[in-house]
Amino acid sequence: MKNKSTNTWVLAEVIRGNLSPVALELLFIAKKLAKETGDKVCAVLMTNDKKDFAQKLICHGADIVYVAEDKCLANFDEDIYSQLLTDMIKAHTPNIFVLPATSTGRSLSAKTAILADTGLTADATDLQIDKETKLLHATRPTFGGNLMATIMCEVKRPQMCSLRPLTYPQTECDKKRKGEIVNFKVDAKKYKSNVKFVSFKELEDNEIDICASEIIVAGGRGVKDEKGFALLKQLADSIGGTVAASRAAVDNGLMPYRCQVGLTGKTIKPKLYIACGISGQVQHMAGMSSSDVIVAINKDAEAPIMAQAKYALVGDVFEVIPQLISQLKSK
Amino acid sequence: MKNIIVCIKQTPKSDNIKIDPATGCLIRTGAESAINPFDEFALEEGIRIKERLTAQGKTAVVNVITMGPPQAEAVLRTSVAKGADKVFHLSDIAFAGSDTWATSYALSKGIQKIGNPYIIICGKQTNDSDTGHIGAQISAWLKYPNSSFVRKVSELGDANITVERLVEDGTDTINLSTPAVLSVVKEINKPRIASISGRISAKTFEITTWTADDIKADKTKLGMKNSPTKVVKSFTPKREANSIVIEGATSKERANNLVKILKENQYV
Repeated sequence: MKNKSTNTWVLAEVIRGNLSPVALELLFIAKKLAKETGDKVCAVLMTNDKKDFAQKLICHGADIVYVAEDKCLANFDEDIYSQLLTDMIKAHTPNIFVLPATSTGRSLSAKTAILADTGLTADATDLQIDKETKLLHATRPTFGGNLMATIMCEVKRPQMCSLRPLTYPQTECDKKRKGEIVNFKVDAKKYKSNVKFVSFKELEDNEIDICASEIIVAGGRGVKDEKGFALLKQLADSIGGTVAASRAAVDNGLMPYRCQVGLTGKTIKPKLYIACGISGQVQHMAGMSSSDVIVAINKDAEAPIMAQAKYALVGDVFEVIPQLISQLKSK
Repeated sequence: MKNIIVCIKQTPKSDNIKIDPATGCLIRTGAESAINPFDEFALEEGIRIKERLTAQGKTAVVNVITMGPPQAEAVLRTSVAKGADKVFHLSDIAFAGSDTWATSYALSKGIQKIGNPYIIICGKQTNDSDTGHIGAQISAWLKYPNSSFVRKVSELGDANITVERLVEDGTDTINLSTPAVLSVVKEINKPRIASISGRISAKTFEITTWTADDIKADKTKLGMKNSPTKVVKSFTPKREANSIVIEGATSKERANNLVKILKENQYV
């Protein structure tokens, strides 16, 4: 299959009836890669209700949108999704395929890479086309962010990777943009599933998805108690952010596991990360060191996070944060 | 009898990572190693599932499998100390340098050789390569259903199991027919500490070691040479060299100055 394929694909996830905004980030990088390879930019939709998503993806930069629509795609059934996606890959042999490194995207990409018999790079934070070989070079953090590795897939196609959300901006919308919509017939009977979807439970108020937030206010041991986290919440609300926590705060039951940043929690890449009362052990840094801007607020000027942060503020979080809140309110 | 199979990996414990600049591979000699921290939860869940099945009057066996160099045997002994019944070591130079495609293939062949699985459990990811691929990829090779990010195994039926998995906007409850492959997150349990008697019996426990031929693996699917992905280069990420310490005589003043900076740079 080498060198025959001329399309760069992105997976546009539809989650509970909504087009995932990460799709528009993937289109941004796909367009950039396509400039180097000459590929067409294609988006793949798998859903039970396509709405106007294909047109939206075209407006946001897709040249072709492959649409697979069937009621068997109502919920994320990894057995069906992976088989269908493999069929789509085999039918159209893309050159590059970028999937979102969301929880569903990471698992689906891994399963599909085996079924489609190709190599996969996980959770990349930088994608480039090599000038000479025109191969995709996907760079990703390993060893909890302590080492970056650039990976390529030389022979097999597509060159697959999952890309960490919020790595690239979203493409702009151009309502006049034209593109092609190709329907992919879903032969539902063909796809065997050993999975039955039972139910979905939405997040509680304090469990907001920290991976999707551009501003994170995180608390650690120094935040001490519920009152402290209530302050963090106020600060987060005043700047459109989300509250997250270090392992210490989660283990103390102050925040749910889902909000834990770090090696055994989530890896995030917000534009602004405000670390409050977090010492910044290696395990924590592994989850947030690739944030665009890190602000650290800590009583201890010698805490490791203070040297890693762009802005280090020495002070007690219980004194600093109320002042931040009141200052941010006054325009 | 229900075969529970837990996949684990020995990974470097220390934060001082040394990489061979020529191959882009980890230099393992000399680095202190341990069971991958995420696999602790997989092993614990395997043991708990056995305990639950035993309470239902069923017979269950906890099998632990790892692929790695001879010294990886140590993590199998740790597993025995905690309660594994049988341990298997895939060890062959043919496996060396495998990417996730080749590793998951080798593990799937090892699992087939163990035979008749009920549940296969992996950790969410490793702390060295961080891919999180292996569970889903084993399931693809074996054509089994799978779930990643499992935070609870709620029901253990004869032919199917019910699990809760974390997704960005909530929690899915799904039912999988067995055999099924799960990748579990930290939230699922609190790993036990090995008992003294467990540690003693682990020292002399007989480990089954298998080569690529033993598990009937196709050697064109193993090792660095046959892995579809290759490491082009590796490098240490740039860290913020110059932290800016926010000035001010009091906490209040410093807070005011920080807000000024945040606003000026349009971070908020």
